[in-house]
Amino acid sequence: MTGLPPRASFDRETVAKAESGTREAVSSGPSSPDPWARLRNATRARIGLGRTGDTQITRDVLAFQGCHAGARDAVHAALDPARLAAAIRNASPLCPEPLVVSSQASDRATYLRRPDLGRRLCRSARAVLPRERWDLVLVLADGLSPRAVETQGPALFSAVCEALPGWRIAPPVIALQGRVAIGDEIAETMGAAFVAVLIGERPGLSVHDSMGVYLTYRPVSGTPDSRRNCLSNIHAHGLAIPEACAKLVWLLNEARRLQTTGVALKDRAPSLAPSSVSSAASSFPTSSSPSPSPETPHDD
Amino acid sequence: MILAATLSGERFVFRDLRHLLAAASPLRSGDQLAGLAAVSQTERVAARIALADLPLQTFLEHQVIPYEADDVTRLILDTHDAGAFAPVGHMTVGAFRDWLLAHETDGVSLRAVAPGLTPEMVAAVSKIMRNQDLIAVSRKIEIVTRFRNTIGQHGVLASRLQPNHPTDDLKGIAISTLDGLLYGCGDAVIGINPASDSVENGLALLDMLETLRITYDIPTQSCVLTHVTNTIEIINRGGPVDLVFQSIAGTQKANEGFGVTLGILAEAHDAARALGRGTCGQNVMYFETGQGAALSADAHHGVDQQTVETRAYAVARAFDPLLVNTVVGFIGPEYLYDGKQILRAGLEDHFCAKLLGVPMGCDVCYTNHAEADQDDMDALMLLLGAAGVTFLIGVPGADDIMLNYQSLAFSDILTTRAILGLRPAPEFAQWLERMALYDPQTARMQAPALPDTPLSRMIGWDS
Repeated sequence: MTGLPPRASFDRETVAKAESGTREAVSSGPSSPDPWARLRNATRARIGLGRTGDTQITRDVLAFQGCHAGARDAVHAALDPARLAAAIRNASPLCPEPLVVSSQASDRATYLRRPDLGRRLCRSARAVLPRERWDLVLVLADGLSPRAVETQGPALFSAVCEALPGWRIAPPVIALQGRVAIGDEIAETMGAAFVAVLIGERPGLSVHDSMGVYLTYRPVSGTPDSRRNCLSNIHAHGLAIPEACAKLVWLLNEARRLQTTGVALKDRAPSLAPSSVSSAASSFPTSSSPSPSPETPHDD
Repeated sequence: MILAATLSGERFVFRDLRHLLAAASPLRSGDQLAGLAAVSQTERVAARIALADLPLQTFLEHQVIPYEADDVTRLILDTHDAGAFAPVGHMTVGAFRDWLLAHETDGVSLRAVAPGLTPEMVAAVSKIMRNQDLIAVSRKIEIVTRFRNTIGQHGVLASRLQPNHPTDDLKGIAISTLDGLLYGCGDAVIGINPASDSVENGLALLDMLETLRITYDIPTQSCVLTHVTNTIEIINRGGPVDLVFQSIAGTQKANEGFGVTLGILAEAHDAARALGRGTCGQNVMYFETGQGAALSADAHHGVDQQTVETRAYAVARAFDPLLVNTVVGFIGPEYLYDGKQILRAGLEDHFCAKLLGVPMGCDVCYTNHAEADQDDMDALMLLLGAAGVTFLIGVPGADDIMLNYQSLAFSDILTTRAILGLRPAPEFAQWLERMALYDPQTARMQAPALPDTPLSRMIGWDS
């Protein structure tokens, strides 16, 4: 590292300090209570990490790696359509056999690089989708966390079917390497008035199996996100299935009355439905934007 | 204008400047997604050979996005300084690279030429520069900005303390702020991405940061990163606004996608300056940018993502910002696929901004669906430190629990400062010393136990 300011000895001292053991590590150990512990009730942020030299103690470095590994594995896990179909049938014994389709993204690497392909239905898929006058089709897509839809999808599907007795609900569609917009083409092909896409959200460090639901009225290919409503953070420590179902049913009934989904529906939602209902209209996908926040997750 | 080169016995012809610039760009997924990437490595290098022979003057005569169609193009050409351009006006892109790297070309001459450079010239030369070239030229350039402290000097690495919380819980945010201050972070800004974008919420967050700042006499500035129109309203309602934040991009259409125009930015700039809250200077704007922003808004006009990103810096420099940062790995793997692409883009963004005269920092970061990890971030933060980056962003333990992505930990910024011998902003460094957080004898940050620092009262430690 030539040309850097002359502080090389500083670096060596840092290393020496690290090697000599750390007061900080001892003070945060079990023998003396961690003064940050009670502050963790107010935030899940990784505050008060153990310090050694200029960096973190081994325990905290490895804890972070463990969380990241879980998130990475969740992204790259494959959705097993047979297992998911069996789980759906198990949760909803009267439901017709789930249909399985793929997007045009042939594998995970393509899926991650080419969101456009994940939004389009594979050519051969149209043949397996029966066209009738359905009120609603539910699509279960792997998205960025196949485990999320495996874990939360069957129960929510079952709850929604039970909560909408008068509705003509299409057989569930399992979409592999799918993004939200793949539901538009599925619903268009099947002739469904509504599509609800149940999809794995991008895993975070602490939650790897969070599911989102995107609802669209009269979907067609190219529907803008501003015409969708979304529920997010459906997982064991987030929005529970009965609550998510109630919100989705509220949205469906309101949307049927208003003949629309999206921003117009969101604006009515706050007094009647809690804050996890939002329009899917994304602003800008940088850190200035709330789009990846729990309120408006995005899979694409 | 014939744009062509022969390499390995094959002749490559490029349709226009956009095609040439895109083909010359180092490989990245966003250009592949847009269908703009070179079709082969050989074509890519042939494009660079053709680009190196192109006179810089060409970029004044041919626009990648038409003047009539785009207000960013108009801004670029209408503010071009022909006098400043003169010393390099006769050069090709290749000769310009050699001039940038020459010992005789010092920081003063680079600052002097900046008003004569357009983003397209700067993007073009970056495409024929290796990573080490981008670093070597960047570190010559000193862009000093001021509000309540002074940042950007040689030897100074400032930091944004980013204490986000998923429900904007004031105590949670204060705790994360304390955590960052104990590492010596927060001199660039204490900046919150709010979970809720309402004006009331923004006011509450700003009031809280203002109280902390005044109580502990912290020589820094605060910011709630809400939409510029919200900030204007907060100013109108008497809120304590130090910096106006906005995400910006390199085309009119992409900026419209953010709900901003150059006119709105000018209005906000005037409103914040009129408050006169800076004690060292009046740089009041804070912008974020990032490769992929224009494409994701379908507003790239067939221009490659690195060139269109560089055009955003022309927008930034029109408003004398205190801070600008690229959110390099945030926008996702469909734009920058892996650690190699993120690292390259971070160095490009920093170089291009600095060469245009913009005080560039970086959110060294990635998402969980990118092929990257903290080792990639270590490499980028240290290379940017060596390149003289204005500031880096730190969050508790590198884990942003609101935006759900990984940035740097506060300790990473401490490590970068220590390894490279960089210091916080001088006014902030003196404050750290007064707070007994910095020991001038050993030139090290102290790590006091929570009960032993008076700062812990900011979170009600003794109550």
